[in-house]
Amino acid sequence: MTFVKPAFRHPGLPKNKIGFRKADYEGAISTLCAGCGHDSISGAIIQACYEMGVEPHKLAKLSGIGCSSKTPTYFLGNSHGFNSVHGRMPSIATGANMANRDLIYLGVSGDGDTASIGLGQFCHVLRRNLNMMYIVMNNGCYGLTKGQDSATADLGSVSKAGSVNPFEPIDLVGLSLELGASFVARSFSGDKTQLVPLIKAAMSHPGFALLDVLSPCVTFNNNNGSTKSYDFVRDHIEATSTVDYVPEKDEITIDYEEGTSSSVVMHDGSLIQLSKLSPHWNPTNRDSAVNRLQEAKAKGEILTGLLYIDPKSKDLHKILDTVEQPLNSLREKDLMPGQQALDKINASFR
Amino acid sequence: MMTVSAVNDMVIRFANVNGTGSASANEMFAKAIFRMGIPVSPKNIFPSNIQGLPTWYEVRVSEQGYLGRRDGVDLLVGVNPQSYAKDIASIKEGGYFVYDSTKRLHDDFIREGVHYIGIPMMQMCMEHYENPRHQQLFKNIVYVGALAALLVIEMEVIQNIIRAQFSRKEKLIPPNFKALDLGYQYAKAHYSCPLDIRLERRDHVGDSIMIDGNAATALGAIYAGATVAAWYPITPSTSVVKAFETYAKKLRTDPETGKKKYAIVQAEDELAAMGMVIGATWNGARAFTATSGPGVSLMSEFIGLAYFAEIPVVLVNVQRGGPSTGMPTRTQQSDILSSAYASHGDTKHVLLFPSTPAECFEMSATAFDLADQLQTPIIMMSDLDLGMNSHMSPPLKWNDVRKYDLGKVLSADELEKIEKYGRYLDVDDDGICYRTIPGTHPTKGSFFTRGTSRDEYARYSEDSDVYERIVDRLAKKWETTKSYIPAPELFQQSNQNERGIIFFGTSSYAALEAMDLLKQKGIVLDAMRIKAFPFNSTVADFVDSHEEVFVIEQNRDKQFRALLVNELEVSPKKLTPILNYGGMPITADAIIQQIMKKLPATAPLISTNNHKSKTL
Ligand SMILES: Cc1ncc(C[n+]2csc(CCOP(=O)(O)OP(=O)(O)O)c2C)c(N)n1
Ligand code: SF4
Repeated sequence: MTFVKPAFRHPGLPKNKIGFRKADYEGAISTLCAGCGHDSISGAIIQACYEMGVEPHKLAKLSGIGCSSKTPTYFLGNSHGFNSVHGRMPSIATGANMANRDLIYLGVSGDGDTASIGLGQFCHVLRRNLNMMYIVMNNGCYGLTKGQDSATADLGSVSKAGSVNPFEPIDLVGLSLELGASFVARSFSGDKTQLVPLIKAAMSHPGFALLDVLSPCVTFNNNNGSTKSYDFVRDHIEATSTVDYVPEKDEITIDYEEGTSSSVVMHDGSLIQLSKLSPHWNPTNRDSAVNRLQEAKAKGEILTGLLYIDPKSKDLHKILDTVEQPLNSLREKDLMPGQQALDKINASFR
Repeated sequence: MMTVSAVNDMVIRFANVNGTGSASANEMFAKAIFRMGIPVSPKNIFPSNIQGLPTWYEVRVSEQGYLGRRDGVDLLVGVNPQSYAKDIASIKEGGYFVYDSTKRLHDDFIREGVHYIGIPMMQMCMEHYENPRHQQLFKNIVYVGALAALLVIEMEVIQNIIRAQFSRKEKLIPPNFKALDLGYQYAKAHYSCPLDIRLERRDHVGDSIMIDGNAATALGAIYAGATVAAWYPITPSTSVVKAFETYAKKLRTDPETGKKKYAIVQAEDELAAMGMVIGATWNGARAFTATSGPGVSLMSEFIGLAYFAEIPVVLVNVQRGGPSTGMPTRTQQSDILSSAYASHGDTKHVLLFPSTPAECFEMSATAFDLADQLQTPIIMMSDLDLGMNSHMSPPLKWNDVRKYDLGKVLSADELEKIEKYGRYLDVDDDGICYRTIPGTHPTKGSFFTRGTSRDEYARYSEDSDVYERIVDRLAKKWETTKSYIPAPELFQQSNQNERGIIFFGTSSYAALEAMDLLKQKGIVLDAMRIKAFPFNSTVADFVDSHEEVFVIEQNRDKQFRALLVNELEVSPKKLTPILNYGGMPITADAIIQQIMKKLPATAPLISTNNHKSKTL
């Protein structure tokens, strides 16, 4: 059942640079459990899109199946949405992007959706560097089918029913670094200050941007012994850096203090400003990201922040060398060779 | 000894080894006959293996224009000792065996009633060419030269084909000509040429072309304006997307920037290929994929989504021998049911059944219009025989004023005028709703696409009434579909005949020939060629108006008949199956024999004069 929000909006609410109010970025009222981490992520998406001044209809939101995959209904009501089948959102996003390179593509998935049934498609959409932001709402369990372990559940993590997970987890961040993703970040649904700038940076990154967001399932995986519960994540979080995203259009003034902060220039001139918490953090070095991730794992830390970005990323359209004009806008005059060309083709078959 | 004797009516078979370069020589042979104005129908019979195994190429020559397969080999060119025993056994009484006599033929291979024509192919090549690869390759041209003498193929015709083939490697033309001549002169000097079977120039091919169905299908997609293709390699469909790429490169590259007005992705599997097609069409591009049976199985979940969420999809299914990996390089029509009802729940899909390359082209182009008009998957049911073999076909035709029919898509202006847009509102009462393409309008027209039940405004709903309204509307759309898709073709309907036949796809070649030959025995059948599913009422009428209807199809389980029974609620008793499922294309002979067996001895031999046999 979808609840309808009241349409009334207070006229005095502030507007962003393209004249939209924050409410214009909201969706239907959530039907997820109260306190579900996924709702906080929806909130961060709304906040980021509002602050960025994204035209809602120029963003396409796509998902698979799961509680997490339901969330696109709960944000950006004026965007087209696509709730596909379990684990296969990446291929839908790929086709959509092939057809129209001009929209912003936001994929939402769960850890079951991505790391189990959808692992193949995830690896391949990443490998093709599709220009999209891919958010995994990672709770270490299957929410929608009531709490089974997912492939990201940590070894030894205890489920609500008390069983201990006997398998090694798939770390989507480690995997993405390994597979060559051009933007890799991790965050926590309870840390909006870190999450919102990461979403903005991911949106303006021209290529595949993974955001693995730990998002505790309050109903099935927020118990003692779970390594994806709120308390556990809060206690073990370790940020590489705090991130600030400065869009290209704003006047860029960097409050730069030697040794504490550095910045990455994005393709469109926007800046990602990092305040270094961890010494010598360089998000454009894949090797150091991999190493640091291993270290964190050994220490039992959950490393968050922007772990890696390739500022020279080339997306699928660049790789395929397609025309700038969206393919879905081409018509007869661009596409149809006509009978004359067909006559020549016929002649080649005589 | 008896000798086969005929002019322009024969089956020539080549028995080669996969990977020895014989394919182009064999094609040259078929093409030369075609260029002499004689209808010809070549077929590749190849193993599911890349190198080293026996492979055959069979050419039927038929002055009457019968283009189906025919059993019995009149002349066999055997260059693969591995398969000699089987090859020699396949020759008709009085037929010929042309072989490489460089080594003496073992006595075991001498069969009574077969004429042996030895040509020392390898020996000649060893004498005239130094490079071992050339010795191997030119051996193939040597036998073409010998056949030119034995059967009378105009040398100039073959030379022109060679010239065209090597226009970019002119150096290779003289050694090819030499090989041709070696074979020709040897045959002339040692055998009395021509044989009793031979060729004579005719004017029976008009402006026809020789093209395979997959290339024609790809061209249909080009002309229909497909810009996105996603696929995963599988025999026998691979060449559809490969040909699409070749033509797109030529015809769709922006001359100024060199950039592509198309995007092709080789997906990681068929699931992803179908997902990409769905994503692309949802976003307003024309997109397609091509696959074969196993791929359809994998795509089924997504096909169901496209059906229920009402997303246009074009899927080319080039069928091969099943089940499972079955016989991947042999032909069947055995995905009828798995395609018609692909996916779980109450789903059914529009199927198109092309019979010829010209129809592959036309139906492929039409499939994109149909998919957009009906907002549903359209599955084109080709098969290996049609897709991978060259067929004589009328030239491909396109009407330059033809526009893409994108169906019910609302523009920003149209949305502006609508007070409340509902994605799944049946505004026109035909079951087909209006869609909008993402990014069209800032505040109007966005909706949520999902595979779950939803109301007319695309809002998630588990309400029984809401769900029933959707599935009932989809059933209504199914009825509407019948007026959009190609109607069956009636070859004769006398209403005096008690018996009729129904056929579709590649069985048509053999079926039409069988009708002609049966007519000569005084047995006249009314005939209907079905071009699409769902079946319209004329199909039920056809069944109703005959006491017995033979249903010709190439699978074991009578799948097409099952579809007729299920969808039309006609009595199964009236539908007599005529089957062929060994993996080789059905022959007229097989049809005739089965029909004759099923006719009662007292069957009235009705003869009507309005019977006109048609070529496809
Ligand atoms: C093919 C298929 N298999 C199984 C399911 C059942 N199913 C629905 S959601 C889900 C798991 C969702 O887990 P996750 O992606 O982690 O999302 P969460 O609910 O935890 O947010 C499963 C197994 C399905 N819908 N489709
Ligand atoms: S079951 Fe878990 S994941 Fe699903 S909505 Fe509830 S809290 Fe969120």
